[in-house]
Amino acid sequence: MSKPAAPAVPAASAPRERAPGVPLRSRPAVYRIASVIVGLAVWEIVGPHIDPIFFTYPSAIARAAWEMTASGELPKYAWESLQILFYGMLLAIGVGIPVGVIMARFRKVDWVLDTWLNALYSTPTVALVPLLVLWFGIRAEAKVVVVFLFAIFPVLINTYQGVRKVDASFLEVARSFRSSEWQMWRDVLLPWAVPYITAGIRLAIGRGLVGMIIAEFYTAMTGLGYMIVRYAHIFKMDRTFVPVILLMFLGIALTAALKWVERRIAPWNRTED
Amino acid sequence: MADRIALKRVGKRYGALQVCRNIDLTVGEREIVTIVGPSGCGKTTLLRCIDGLIPYEDGDILVEGERITEPRAGVAMVFQHFGLFPWKTVYDNVAYGLRIRGEPAERIAAAVPEYVNMVGLSGFERHYPYQLSGGMQQRCGLARALAVEPKVLLMDEPFAAVDAQTREILQFELLRIWEQRPTTMIFVTHSIEEAVLMGDRVVILKGRPSGVHEVVDVGIPHPRSRATLAERRFAEVREHVWSALMDEARKAEYELGR
Repeated sequence: MSKPAAPAVPAASAPRERAPGVPLRSRPAVYRIASVIVGLAVWEIVGPHIDPIFFTYPSAIARAAWEMTASGELPKYAWESLQILFYGMLLAIGVGIPVGVIMARFRKVDWVLDTWLNALYSTPTVALVPLLVLWFGIRAEAKVVVVFLFAIFPVLINTYQGVRKVDASFLEVARSFRSSEWQMWRDVLLPWAVPYITAGIRLAIGRGLVGMIIAEFYTAMTGLGYMIVRYAHIFKMDRTFVPVILLMFLGIALTAALKWVERRIAPWNRTED
Repeated sequence: MADRIALKRVGKRYGALQVCRNIDLTVGEREIVTIVGPSGCGKTTLLRCIDGLIPYEDGDILVEGERITEPRAGVAMVFQHFGLFPWKTVYDNVAYGLRIRGEPAERIAAAVPEYVNMVGLSGFERHYPYQLSGGMQQRCGLARALAVEPKVLLMDEPFAAVDAQTREILQFELLRIWEQRPTTMIFVTHSIEEAVLMGDRVVILKGRPSGVHEVVDVGIPHPRSRATLAERRFAEVREHVWSALMDEARKAEYELGR
């Protein structure tokens, strides 16, 4: 046996146990589910009484979703959006993490870059979108750049903060064993910063989704954002809501996936979520 | 016996604060020297200087005749805080020094189980540090240091953070391991008993700034065991070190109280 593949995970990080003795009225899940059911029911009952030009209701949205999926329209636009999001996030993570570590490790780089980054971070990124569209055209590249700009700061800043807070005793051990700077990244800094980085990526996903939709509003040719604009303009509320709800589920799913990944790659980290 | 470590008039300052000065000390190739002294006397600081982790202002620290300016190959340190990486398993923690050194994979695969076994952690290779007791964690820290086959072992109050029973067990474990593979060892502790039990010589650091007050030859032959604790010579040396340290400790206590 050379390198153990999977750690023997103890009870501490096992999936949440269900306490058998807890009565229904004390279980949080009961309240959450009931709240959603009641909310949807009220919406379903009240919705049809409002002018369909402005509003809709769950069953109409579900019907529209089915039609749009069957026609292939929704998968096509969703796929376009997902690609933009994927490349934008990949770029944000791929640039944000190394730049964050470098800034945290080399003070002079930090001093050179921090004013620029603070200025850019303080600028509402939305304000740059028309400019970016002008520079990069209305094709996919522009949208990827917008997603990247929306998403990079939380990744970069969290990585920076995490690396700065690294426990000095680990650095001492690494130095004592004559670790090189690069080995220190691999063995100490990045593993240490994993919880910070994943928290940054979690924020970045939310911001990246915003960037994706705004870019699609502006360029109005592809993606879920385009779909929203197009159906809103012709007052098809049920169809407008479909991509909106899909985006909601996308945000939830990506965040959950990230938590799962985090538990897999950082089983030692037993902090609360 | 040749000296593997030599300290010549070593002094360390933190800004205006002189921690220690004029430290002269030699350690032989197969010798354990323990350093005792009151808290804040700079024992750990001195050890960090010898490891090359922090700079020193005056004098020379020589290991195998070469002046120490940065951590040196062949010198390994065991830390009071264990310093195990929480994201690495026992196996990977023990393999750490070998990987840093770029040892080939087969060498690592052969060496790690040997040292894991030596410190009594077989079967725990896949555990993470947080799944181990303090004593087991320090066993892992010891295995990590031993795995690089150091010529010099620096022990920084290695058993200060574990409970009393575990501490005793680990002391005898360490003696047993050392007797299998004797190396140069400097062992810093604030326990007089531990200093006398582990050391061939006991260095008493005293004063502010501290200096070598006395070097006591323990004169109890190896192998040492629990029976050593009952020897008359052990009690004598312990009392001697105790009285050398205690006036100082009493003074220090009152100084703090003022």
